[in-house]
Amino acid sequence: MAVIAEPVVQAPRASLLSRALENRSFLGSLFMLPAILILVLFLAYPLALGFWLGLTDTSIGGTGHYVGIANFVSLAKDSVFWLSVFNTIFYTVTASVVKFAIGLYLAVLLNERLPFKSILRAIVLLPFVVPTVLSAIAFWWIYDSQFSIISWVLIKAGLIHNYIEFLGDPWNARWSVVVANIWRGVPFVAITLLAGLQTISPSLYEAANLDGATNWQRFRYITLPMLSPIIAVVMTFSVLMTFTDFQLIYTITRGGPINATHLMATLSFQRAITGGHLGEGAAISNAMIPFLVAAILLSFFGLQRTRWQQGGRD
Amino acid sequence: MGDFNRRDILKVGVGATTALAGAGIVPVRAAEWTNTPEANASIRVLRWKQFIQAEFDKFAELTKAFSEKTGVKVKLEAESWEDIRPKAAVAANVGAGPDLIIGTLDDPFKFPDKLIDVTDVAEYLGAQYGGWYPVAEKYGKKGNSWIAIPQGATGGCMNYRISHMKAAGFEEFPKDLPGFLKLCQGLKKNNTPAGFALGHATGDANGWCHWLLWAHGGKLVDQKNQVAIDSPETIAALEYAKQLYATFIPGVLSWNDSNNNKAYLAGEISLTLNGISIWTVGKTSPDPKQQEIAKDTNHAACPIGPGGKSTEQQNVLVAYGYKYSKYPKAVKEYIRFMWDKANYDAWEVASNGYVSPPLPAYNDNPVWTSDPKITPFRDCLKRCLDNGYAGDLGNASAGAMGDFIVVDMFAEAASGSASPKDAAARAAERAKRYYQA
Repeated sequence: MAVIAEPVVQAPRASLLSRALENRSFLGSLFMLPAILILVLFLAYPLALGFWLGLTDTSIGGTGHYVGIANFVSLAKDSVFWLSVFNTIFYTVTASVVKFAIGLYLAVLLNERLPFKSILRAIVLLPFVVPTVLSAIAFWWIYDSQFSIISWVLIKAGLIHNYIEFLGDPWNARWSVVVANIWRGVPFVAITLLAGLQTISPSLYEAANLDGATNWQRFRYITLPMLSPIIAVVMTFSVLMTFTDFQLIYTITRGGPINATHLMATLSFQRAITGGHLGEGAAISNAMIPFLVAAILLSFFGLQRTRWQQGGRD
Repeated sequence: MGDFNRRDILKVGVGATTALAGAGIVPVRAAEWTNTPEANASIRVLRWKQFIQAEFDKFAELTKAFSEKTGVKVKLEAESWEDIRPKAAVAANVGAGPDLIIGTLDDPFKFPDKLIDVTDVAEYLGAQYGGWYPVAEKYGKKGNSWIAIPQGATGGCMNYRISHMKAAGFEEFPKDLPGFLKLCQGLKKNNTPAGFALGHATGDANGWCHWLLWAHGGKLVDQKNQVAIDSPETIAALEYAKQLYATFIPGVLSWNDSNNNKAYLAGEISLTLNGISIWTVGKTSPDPKQQEIAKDTNHAACPIGPGGKSTEQQNVLVAYGYKYSKYPKAVKEYIRFMWDKANYDAWEVASNGYVSPPLPAYNDNPVWTSDPKITPFRDCLKRCLDNGYAGDLGNASAGAMGDFIVVDMFAEAASGSASPKDAAARAAERAKRYYQA
């Protein structure tokens, strides 16, 4: 009997692509690729380029040469650079501390049952909504040496006889720009902390009330520890934004008088773009990195201590 | 340079062709130059933003006429002149952007290799109209080649209130430094003070501080580009500035380029250094008070120091085309058309004397004598030194001015935050970082 062998029907072999698409690791990497590209293209590359430029003598329109740490050595002997470092630290510390205090106060206040709460919240947000340059121009007029509304009111009230030199005196100018930064930065802190406050379970407060806790104790042992992760994030962002501020200073003082309000960011711009020395400007920007990393580490790890969050003493 | 005047110009032939006699003045060649723009050319022109609308309108009208005449399409854009500097540099860096930029001061000298050689059109214009002012030539020429075409200067003069000057005991504006100090002291005494910007005011502060430094014989660098600011002449200038500062209205340390305009038109100050804009704004203002101020305003050249020569610093405008342009011939043709005397004259009339001409031949424009108050602005390029004085124009001169080294030195010494000696020494240290780089 003749046996006829039946042909073996084999399952079609899956293509490489379809097999790859079924692979979780490959698929995960594929989905991450756009994010990686964006990060490399818009963050890592500019950062690396900035770092490299800081090690060169590149001028605008010209090709630079590698000069090692010559720009940093030169900056170390530059009194204007050190003044800008001092100004930046002073500006960041004072403005951040006050922004936090006022922001937290406003957040706690707005978290209470208040009449017209929504309107009040919208009003608090206003300074953040106004474009920075416009608010800076408004402050420039408010601080004007001849037309200041503050001086005008005080003179009309008979409290002073001469216009205040808000921007003409080095220390007055420093405090003036700090105030402008606080005005602009408080809404961000307040609204973000308010969002954090609303995540705290009311049952914690109810339990504390039953235990006879005072307002201060409720704030100290419930609100503050529960809010600290949000505070860490908010203050990290706030410090970063204050440290790298440019628009307010450039519009109001351009770093004057006599460089008394020059921040590292504005000095970097002045040297790199106005002065044309890209290498030196980049070196100033690079010099900001250690300060920024220190600020981030301090606020992040300092405020994320777990025992503190649990109401303990570390 | 201050000694240069139209008597130095000798007429030598072809049409209006003349040659400038005197040291450092380029002998001009015959005004012959043929140029045909590329077919279907289209160029992008970026220029400084107008302060006087009629000036820009006329410029745009002439640009349109150029397109109609030559078939070259022109896209005209305007930006604040301070914003043009970084944009021009970026265009040079990346090799893309406007075909032609009309910017300021020593910008072309920061990236000379990226620019179109415009020697032919520069020499043609020079020959056609009797030569350039020496300072204009310095702003246009690197070595033997022209890299930019000077457009003139948004000139600055002393703006003063006539009645207040007379009340301070002066019938005429003083022409020397002792007289100028005395006038400022008199104005202060009468509670009608002067005000000169000492903040980071790119135009005004750099203008008067450099004038005062140079008037005393001081200079940032010598002819070999060696830093020379820490000198007895500089100390003398700073001592003088200290006395002058005592007569100013409070707050000048914070002033930028617009503060003196506002203060003058509000009647807060009686004397400042500025362009013709204060007077123009006052004259055309609907506010009777500002009109009255304009009527009482006159202009004068900056007083001359012990050296006996004018030493002003002016905001010189320069046009430069980029090598990356596909239409360099169209760029040059546009320059030829816009700098043509008839066109330049019409534009100058529309600007009401806002731009001091780079070619002495343009001085006969009736706008300069239509009102004696305009006349002092005509000769700004005749009276000024270049901002790299006494050295070269380039990255170092641009960097030093952009970093406000001279302005900060004057601000420190005048306000008393540093002694004149210390301020000069600090300025020298800062300048070395640019000139020894």
